[in-house]
Amino acid sequence: MLKYIGKRLLHLLIILVAVSFITFLLMYISPGDPARKKLTSGGSIAVSEELLEKTRREMGLDRPFLVQYGSWLSGVVKGDLGNSYKDGLPVSAKLSKGLGYTLTLSLSSLVLALAVSLPLSILTAVKKNTPADYIFRFLSFIGNSLPNFLISVLLMYFLCVKARLLPVIAENSFKGLLLPTLALAIPLSGRFLRQFRAEILEQLGKSYVSGAAARGVRSYYILISNVLHNALPGILTVIGLSVGTLLGGSVVIETIFRWPGLGKLVMDSITARDYPVIQGFVLFAAVVYVLINLVTDLLHRKIDPRIARQEGRV
Amino acid sequence: MQKAKKKKRPGAVKLRFFLFLTIALVVFSLIAPLFAPHDPNATNPQTLNLAPCAEYPLGCDLYGRCVLSRILAGAGTSVFSAVALVALTFVIGTFAGMISGWYGGIADTLIMRIAEIFLAFPQMVLAIAVAGILGGGMGNAMLALGVTGWTLYARLARAQVMTLKEEPFVQAARLSGFGAFRIMFRTLLPNMAGPLIVNAATQLGTMMISLAGLSFLGIGVQEPKAEWGSMVAASRSYMQLAPWAVLAPAFAILITVMIFNYLGDCFRDYLDVEAEHE
Repeated sequence: MLKYIGKRLLHLLIILVAVSFITFLLMYISPGDPARKKLTSGGSIAVSEELLEKTRREMGLDRPFLVQYGSWLSGVVKGDLGNSYKDGLPVSAKLSKGLGYTLTLSLSSLVLALAVSLPLSILTAVKKNTPADYIFRFLSFIGNSLPNFLISVLLMYFLCVKARLLPVIAENSFKGLLLPTLALAIPLSGRFLRQFRAEILEQLGKSYVSGAAARGVRSYYILISNVLHNALPGILTVIGLSVGTLLGGSVVIETIFRWPGLGKLVMDSITARDYPVIQGFVLFAAVVYVLINLVTDLLHRKIDPRIARQEGRV
Repeated sequence: MQKAKKKKRPGAVKLRFFLFLTIALVVFSLIAPLFAPHDPNATNPQTLNLAPCAEYPLGCDLYGRCVLSRILAGAGTSVFSAVALVALTFVIGTFAGMISGWYGGIADTLIMRIAEIFLAFPQMVLAIAVAGILGGGMGNAMLALGVTGWTLYARLARAQVMTLKEEPFVQAARLSGFGAFRIMFRTLLPNMAGPLIVNAATQLGTMMISLAGLSFLGIGVQEPKAEWGSMVAASRSYMQLAPWAVLAPAFAILITVMIFNYLGDCFRDYLDVEAEHE
């Protein structure tokens, strides 16, 4: 196991270096001169040629590409993601300010989605092809077909404008958290329900289930200690991959509900052409995503030792 | 082996129905602008936020533009670009994956490493960053989603080629002296199309949602060009006065995505292969 973790971590390091390179390239594909962007993002329009030249030198833009990448990367390793063009604050400080909000929103959506979809997926799998199964599968199908921005707009329309139950703009409170959480959790539960159900159904169809039932093992015991245990790795993978959806979705949802997390910060930075902040967020999202998926893989092996044994044999 | 299973599989009728519906939808999206009763971009101060009536069946938006005309004009952009994006990533990804699986060695390592790097980014995050940095436009939005989209097909095609490569019928084709490309496209491709098609059909809905999402954020299709996602965004602040201008494009998106997703499900049931988790 330790050897495997070491191998994976080494691999992770290579991927992360490549990811950092792509992220650095993002700056390069941005149209225009970074020095000019830095000077004009504050609002001034006319910039003298000398000032531009000076800023370019300060930013190190006159150096070769790989040298620039190297110095950027060595900064990143030390936690320095550069400074915002807009207000000169360190990008890492800006990101960590929004992180708490995004974490709260993502976690509450994930918990809500799991609370809804886990019991329902067990129910629909066990009661396959009954009216309850059809109804919840249809609902999950609709949830899966609704883009999160549409859900937000529809929720706002029906709950805030029509019924006047909630404020339209999210304050940092439970009430404010409710709508963005729902908007993220609804499509997520739709997808979870569908994929969890498939995982559980696959296990239910295995011969060990009928074998245990024939031996007179109680059905709920088989369900909880065998079926769910064996479906768990698949379920964990689905949850791990959903982190990517949550990170991307947070940009849309936080912008709509003005929730001051990372997503809103990124959209504001896109509007202001504040590229270092966008770059920092992309790097952060990729690192989180890769790490979460590594953890799911490791949990996978912990739950199902057969995976490690199979690989050992090959 | 394939010939023996000639009897009709369940779900064939349903699949045909949704396939027909999808093709009809795509064709319609291309000719829909011709049916627009009004100029989709013509603003009219007299019809600002006008409620649906006989002349404007879906009402007017905040600039007095006919909502129905804009939905019809936007159909081409919203529906067709999603289909085109899936088709493009499908072709590129499948090709890369087949090369990777067939030749192995350096080509395989190179292609799969690149795929792996792009897979490290959450798709929507990278798409928002790329589209945001490049500035709006449908082309940039499609590029932003395409850079990660092809990896799905590449991995699938590679795995399929690797397993099929050693099959006797492929060996036979090789011994007959057929070239690598002939074997890949004439012998291998028909035998591995199932999982690829299921995933492509599932991606239709996903890509449609993502493209509309980028446009909604203002980094996809730009106003005044009609597109369903940006229509929702533009009319959002006037929801109290003119809910129809938001709800009409919203339901257009929902219904289209549902048809696409149904098609994906039908393909999956019919070919009996599971789609990859996203």
